[in-house]
Amino acid sequence: MEICLKALLYGALLKRNEGFDMAEVFLKLENIKKSFGGVKALKGVNLEVRKGEVLCLAGENGCGKSTLIKVISGAHDADSGEYILDGNKVDKLKPIDAIRAGIQVIYQDFAVFPNLTVAENIAMNNSLMTGAKVMNWKRARELAIEAMKQVGANMDPDVLVERLTVANKQMVAICRAIINDAKFLILDEPTTALTKKEVENLFQIIRRLKEKGIAIMIVNHKLDEIYEIADKLTIIRNGEYVSSGDISEYDRARFIRDLTGHDIVETTYHPEKVSQDEVLKVENLSRKGAFENVSFTINKGDVLGVTGLLGSGRSEIGDAIFGIAPAETGRIVLNGNEVKIKGIEDAVSNRIAYVPEDRLTQGLFLERSIRDNMVAASIGKYFKKGKLDHKQIADDTQMWIDKVAVVTANDLVPIRTLSGGNAQKVVIAKWLNTDPQLIVLNGPTVGVDIGSKSEIFEILHELAKEGVGVIVISDDLSELVQNCNKIIVMRNGQAVAHLDQADELVNENELYGMFSEEGGEQ
Amino acid sequence: MKSIKWKEVLTSNQMFIIYIIAILSLAIGMKNSAFFDFSTVITLSRALLVTLCFAICEMVVIISGGIDVSFPAVACAALYIPVKVMTDAEIDNVFLAFLFAAVIGLVVGIVNAILISILKIPPLIATLGVSSMTSGALLTFFGTREISRIPESVSALSKVFILNYTNASGATYSLTVFILVPIILCIAVHLILRYTMLGRGIFAIGGDQNAARIAGFNVIRLQFIVYIFSGVMAGIAGMIYCILCDSANPLNLMGSEMMIIAAVVVGGTRITGGHGSVSGTILGVILIALIQNNLIMLGVPTYWQTFVVGAVIVIGTSITSLKAKAVEQNQKV
Repeated sequence: MEICLKALLYGALLKRNEGFDMAEVFLKLENIKKSFGGVKALKGVNLEVRKGEVLCLAGENGCGKSTLIKVISGAHDADSGEYILDGNKVDKLKPIDAIRAGIQVIYQDFAVFPNLTVAENIAMNNSLMTGAKVMNWKRARELAIEAMKQVGANMDPDVLVERLTVANKQMVAICRAIINDAKFLILDEPTTALTKKEVENLFQIIRRLKEKGIAIMIVNHKLDEIYEIADKLTIIRNGEYVSSGDISEYDRARFIRDLTGHDIVETTYHPEKVSQDEVLKVENLSRKGAFENVSFTINKGDVLGVTGLLGSGRSEIGDAIFGIAPAETGRIVLNGNEVKIKGIEDAVSNRIAYVPEDRLTQGLFLERSIRDNMVAASIGKYFKKGKLDHKQIADDTQMWIDKVAVVTANDLVPIRTLSGGNAQKVVIAKWLNTDPQLIVLNGPTVGVDIGSKSEIFEILHELAKEGVGVIVISDDLSELVQNCNKIIVMRNGQAVAHLDQADELVNENELYGMFSEEGGEQ
Repeated sequence: MKSIKWKEVLTSNQMFIIYIIAILSLAIGMKNSAFFDFSTVITLSRALLVTLCFAICEMVVIISGGIDVSFPAVACAALYIPVKVMTDAEIDNVFLAFLFAAVIGLVVGIVNAILISILKIPPLIATLGVSSMTSGALLTFFGTREISRIPESVSALSKVFILNYTNASGATYSLTVFILVPIILCIAVHLILRYTMLGRGIFAIGGDQNAARIAGFNVIRLQFIVYIFSGVMAGIAGMIYCILCDSANPLNLMGSEMMIIAAVVVGGTRITGGHGSVSGTILGVILIALIQNNLIMLGVPTYWQTFVVGAVIVIGTSITSLKAKAVEQNQKV
């Protein structure tokens, strides 16, 4: 009887998985080591991924995730360790061998061709794989349509990729990967540039591919997303293998502990004592087509979060306060004085600081040193008798490096070499060095790992305590809920909700529901 | 759907050039009815024949994400050195003349390719340096004196015509056989760019070199092909120019690079790479040739023509640039 039941169950399982064996391991890495010069990037990493399974590779910035992907895809050779592909030990793997074996990597920038059509982009790899000499447009189109059908994407195959949204560019990359009979799909931080809705769509596609028996590895460090999509989890830290297992074995606390090496307490932020000292008062701020009649106050100790969908007016408020696109009507009162912000100069002279959304292009000089960047916004105060006080610059830079905990060999390395979290700390320190009365941060933790994230917010809380007004603009709801005591939700240019943690703890899903009138649907 | 497509066609870059060419032709024709004669086609063909060869090569280079400003120097070397050597040695052979010219182009093309694809020097700087070296070496070692007597059999080619036309007033216009060169070149380049993986590879590296490398294109090989093609064709076009002029001048073509690049860019090729078409380039070359050769019929002083060429370049490229910006800002799909 028992055997019979087992057989039945097993049969049902097989049926559900359409003939492939769930337990079949596609790729197994054991004790992989890799050094560059003297730097040990991977110090013995294990990894195992099975067909029809979503493995999430988690680790902070600079932990060796990219190196590991390159080892898997054949771009780097491991110094030592075992690489077992489909049950066979592989000694040396060239990129083309990896592709032939069905390993496909979707890079963060997708590596698509903006100047070519959707169809050609999707079919390109196939043409290259088969060594075709002639471009067959009709076949390319057919392949593209077939691939889009498989993943459930719907795009005009004749449109140029440069006209696509980020999410659709990613679709193109996924379609391109799967037409080559992909068996193992690696997605490197696939959700960084996507909206919540687009992430959901992506996850649906990933589930669909999983059902087809494709092994999938996602590199990610957004906790909520990992819990939503992953079956298994492998965590690495500083090039070392930490742990792996079923996602169910990890609660948030263990996850964060394994990821960062220490406990991070996830709590909500409450200012130490409620103060009535008004730092910033904004009244009826409006700019046509952007936002209307937005009012709020920030008291000493408050960290204000502004959220909403892209285009809801959330970023525009930051732009208005910093004078990039000034408000047309309304009042801004900063520490008791009404200030007129007509341009960026007004904001700067009133000691308002702004950390832009796209720090790489707007906030930093990538090729210049940490030191140069650190004083870039406050260079005026180092001019003494017509000369720059280099000693003072060096001292201040060191002070900030220590204070915001930038991990670096010295302050002369170019920003380009820093990880996302470290670069963001430099941007924040650069503005703090201007001694601001108010600091506006737009998406301060995009591309920043979880350890640096909490450090950045600690800095912000400290600032708020000292009486600096802090405004955080973000669509990362869990982050806002944890770190802001006041939250404004924007929708179609209106502030549709003012929430205060002191009144009632704010719930993430509740917030998301306020994003649009239908409640969650765009 | 269909009406949208039509609108796109009518407002496309190429249509704008066609409008400008039409308006310009009408204006010239109203002032001077002789312009509407078939003879205009023959004189214009002759005028833009060499330019078109250069422009097509330049277009391929720009599509691949590079630029080549060395072709005038290559052409000068490729027309002057063979003629000089052959006259001095009293050799008279058409095939040898063209082979010699092509080899000179090949050598310079290889140097360009090495500098750009292997040493990763920015294409503008690399070809600028090579251009200067080529013309400097040419003028130092082979002299600056114009050779007015080129070898007989070579010179004889200038009198081979595929078409003769006598207009109402009895003047005869003849179309040189060399017009076939740009025609074949245009057809071949169009087919290669559109229907071979080689051509698509050139577009791919112009669109995103890194993506092309990841996809498995041999970027270095493609760059070699592009610069060698450009060099060889520049050499051959230089020899044709020499034959059409029936004299070898080592300086005549110098300085023509900007005009050619202008014609290419006006023709819708994006200077940043990845976009361009043969048909657009042909239109761009026609427009520039019209301005250079026929604006005088409108009574426009010579110096003003320079102004107008400049204005056309600025307006033409602005349209391309504005369109690119519109793409950027348009609703993404």
